[in-house]
Amino acid sequence: METIKAMTGDEIAAETIRQINPDVMAAYPITPQTEIVQIFSEFVANGLVDTEMVRVESEHSAMSACVGAASAGARAMTATSANGLALMWEIVYIAASLRLPIVMPVVNRALSGPINIHCDHSDSMGARDSGWIQLYSENCQEIYDNLIQAVRIAEDKSVLLPVMVTFDGFIISHGTERVKILEDEQVRKFIGKYNPRYPLLDIDNPVTYGPLDLFDYYFEHKRQQVEAMKNALDVIKKIGGEYTQLSGRSYELIEEFGSPDADLVVIAAGSTAGTVKGAIEELKEEGINAKLLKIRAFRPFPQDEIKQSLRKVAVVAVMDRSASFGAVGGPIFLEVRSALLDEERRIPVVNYIYGLGGRNIGIEDIKKVFQDLIQIRKTGKVKNLVNYLGVRE
Amino acid sequence: MKEKGWKDVPLGGLILEAGSAKEYLTGSWRTFRPVLDEKKCKHCLICWIYCPDSSIIVEDGKMKGFRYDYCKGCGICSTECPFKAIEMIEEAKYKAEKEGEK
Repeated sequence: METIKAMTGDEIAAETIRQINPDVMAAYPITPQTEIVQIFSEFVANGLVDTEMVRVESEHSAMSACVGAASAGARAMTATSANGLALMWEIVYIAASLRLPIVMPVVNRALSGPINIHCDHSDSMGARDSGWIQLYSENCQEIYDNLIQAVRIAEDKSVLLPVMVTFDGFIISHGTERVKILEDEQVRKFIGKYNPRYPLLDIDNPVTYGPLDLFDYYFEHKRQQVEAMKNALDVIKKIGGEYTQLSGRSYELIEEFGSPDADLVVIAAGSTAGTVKGAIEELKEEGINAKLLKIRAFRPFPQDEIKQSLRKVAVVAVMDRSASFGAVGGPIFLEVRSALLDEERRIPVVNYIYGLGGRNIGIEDIKKVFQDLIQIRKTGKVKNLVNYLGVRE
Repeated sequence: MKEKGWKDVPLGGLILEAGSAKEYLTGSWRTFRPVLDEKKCKHCLICWIYCPDSSIIVEDGKMKGFRYDYCKGCGICSTECPFKAIEMIEEAKYKAEKEGEK
């Protein structure tokens, strides 16, 4: 039996971690993630979980504690945002390289400076090459569903990679929404018992973690990580399917919304996907057919699904809530454009950098993007490849 | 040691067996080679105490030479030897001399 509750993103993240009941939770507060570990610490104090809560002195230590715990054989979690993720950077890479299936909610917030606490994706997008799987959540329900699935994805024997489950700071982390919650037993049965592969605490089978790895083997270990990411594509789909059986909610690498035959497409990740859905519904009433392609998994990048989805469309706009300074465009744009390069038919792809530092984005903004796409479809000409939506000139 | 491909090495750079350093011949890193002058050596084994790589061969309490498969040529033994019985010779020169002898 599922229950329905009204919860903020941070509240539901804490509630999900309670249901997951990890062996170790390393905690350090940072806005807008703070409530996750704050609420979870109450669960620990009230004896609702078996978790060893490690109160660390920084995010660098939080991720280090997770690496230590996961190496020992524990199911380990932490949560962070923006500068916290930046501070744990060194260990973020080490967690992935050691193939430790740590799960971490990342509440998306703009990186300093200038200092800002509001949403953009500069934090997690910066970590896109760290070797972590990245699942972007549109709303509170997806935080819940993604976190549960993340445990299984991370621990799958053909993957063994850490997973970031991201959601938009304040917009989702502090926005109250309706969430369907499974029973504790259902969640625990779904994630199963964790069987670590080489736990350091297995003293009968001693292993070495983290030895020096130079020019003769480092490359081989990186190649293994590439393969694990590739394997994750199928694993995310497989576990999404199993989760659908349990919850009735479907999860793929991408999600499509709107008229299936629409030839105007906006691509977005995170809460803006919801805004795009609103715009598409309004446009439909105005007689304009439009489609959303939502990126759920950005790492691994679902190239084949994106190509398949865009094969018949006329023009595509990619929404990036982060800038890649000095690059041709934002990170999602670059990947989408590159994925479409070997298609026989050339599809115009334009980029919209938006919402930096929490700059608001509304349905009207998205409708403007669709109007631009209509112009490109009509003229066949792209005036600006990269646009800055909502910035003052 | 034959180097394995990416499908055959343990994940994450883990080492699953103890003592695997034995298979990792670090002697190839060496630029200078320690050479023992047996006439000067008094078998005090100070070299054995100082060697950071367990590369001094000792048999029946006697200094018997170097494990060149692992000796990285740091020269600590040569510096610490009270009898100046260990000379550090450039590998390239040593090899040239060896070939000259042939």
